Amino acid sequence: MTTLVGVLSFVAVLALAVILGYLVVKGASSLDWNFFVKNPVPAGQAGGGVANAIVGTVIIVGVAALIGLPIGIGTGLYLAEYGSGRFGWIVRFVADVLNGTPSIVVGIFAWTWLVRPMGHFSALAGSVALAVLMVPMIARTTEEMVRLVPHSLREAALALGYPRWRTSLRIVARTALAGILTSCLVGIARIAGETAPLLFTALGNLNFSSSILQPMQTLSLQVFTYGTGPFDEWHRLAWAAALVLMGLVLLLSLTARWALRSRHGAAR
Amino acid sequence: MAPPADARLQLEAVRLTALYGRRAVVKDVSILFPAHSVTAVIGPSGCGKSTFLRCLNRMHELSEGGWVTGTVLLDGADVYDAGVDPVQLRRRIGMVFQRPTPFPTMTIYDNVAAGLRVNGGRSRGEVDAAVEQALRRAALWDEVKDRLKKSALDLSGGQQQRLCIARALAPEPEVLLLDEPTASLDPAGTQRIEELCHELKHRYTIVIVTHNLQQAGRVSDYTAFFYLGDLVEVGRTEELFTKPAQEQTEAYITGRFG
Repeated sequence: MTTLVGVLSFVAVLALAVILGYLVVKGASSLDWNFFVKNPVPAGQAGGGVANAIVGTVIIVGVAALIGLPIGIGTGLYLAEYGSGRFGWIVRFVADVLNGTPSIVVGIFAWTWLVRPMGHFSALAGSVALAVLMVPMIARTTEEMVRLVPHSLREAALALGYPRWRTSLRIVARTALAGILTSCLVGIARIAGETAPLLFTALGNLNFSSSILQPMQTLSLQVFTYGTGPFDEWHRLAWAAALVLMGLVLLLSLTARWALRSRHGAAR
Repeated sequence: MAPPADARLQLEAVRLTALYGRRAVVKDVSILFPAHSVTAVIGPSGCGKSTFLRCLNRMHELSEGGWVTGTVLLDGADVYDAGVDPVQLRRRIGMVFQRPTPFPTMTIYDNVAAGLRVNGGRSRGEVDAAVEQALRRAALWDEVKDRLKKSALDLSGGQQQRLCIARALAPEPEVLLLDEPTASLDPAGTQRIEELCHELKHRYTIVIVTHNLQQAGRVSDYTAFFYLGDLVEVGRTEELFTKPAQEQTEAYITGRFG
């Protein structure tokens, strides 16, 4: 039995190692200065980079975080501190359902309610779709982190004459801060690579754009467009973009782990 | 020798019953805590002594299903009156718990200042002075005066508990409630806290819950014995321990049960 589960875990690790290794083999050689700072060149030509996609990813994910994090954190805090009643149960249930919703379903709603009324694709619609994906995830992990704060701390604050809301913010949320930050980073990492909901919201853009009301490129869309395109040059860039995206997500995950580990040093 | 009576500090429970849902855990208790005295509340586990303590500063009603009938009088006024804000009340009745509960994200200084800041309206200088005074009264000043900006978690368990006492004293309460304050401390830490009770009773009225009978004998002027939610007997500590009026009390203090 031990051997069996050992072999199975080896297969799991192997899969990850193969993916990472293959990405490095196929993509690393295309990573040069131009890749990061140049915009795409017309199809068929050599050279060019994906600066538009990198900037686009930062903008779209950033706006999504701006919308999603406050709502998610607030909901999580509410669930942990006041969510023992019926309403809390409903919110928790909805969040769990939303958490399991395929991202393409969220995308089509964003398309129906934002892209169609606005009349055109936009980065903003993509950000909203990503924010919707983010909120239930952030809410539930924040709730878990806040619940880890010992009840005795709440009591101590209340006995000292803290009002309930101030206890929640000043004592409980502050104590859980490292955990909440971690859940935010994990949430951001999770949406950074999303592609499906962006296909019919942000759409993608082969040119540089920094207007959130216009179509915008992201690394994930770039991988999709270039990877399925007809040119070898595009395939090369798709691998490199995939490698950068993977590296970005890995970096966020590692930062999250590091933040959680150093939580006890918070007051030093 | 009785200290001069100061009605402002006097706390009294009148026919107090504490319930969880429909289950009464403290039943019809009437007791007077004289000003400038230490009253020990003793009894076996589950006798309702901690719940009773939490009724005095209206913490019990924060527990799930917790509610109260009867009254508690502080300075002659009913603390359960509709016009009383429990948040304001808790600033007049300090409380210290079984385990030290320093706020982990705050410095030593900020822990003590926490209760002052939540009140607001004090200048930096006033807060500084109040923090020093509270730490001195809690006999912790000399040990921490050079590291006020360090994390409260750097202190030992006994120091943390004295920090919590300082935190409770800083807003100048009238009454101090101690819920088994030495339960998690070593003998040296316990002794410091007990000495503190003697010093602090000159300024405050103290109620201490303990399941350590020797401790009750050492620190208190009066002792109340609770059993199964009833107040069985209350009296001067030396009388209650030497010639208890009730058989249950005698059985408990001689170690025949509990």
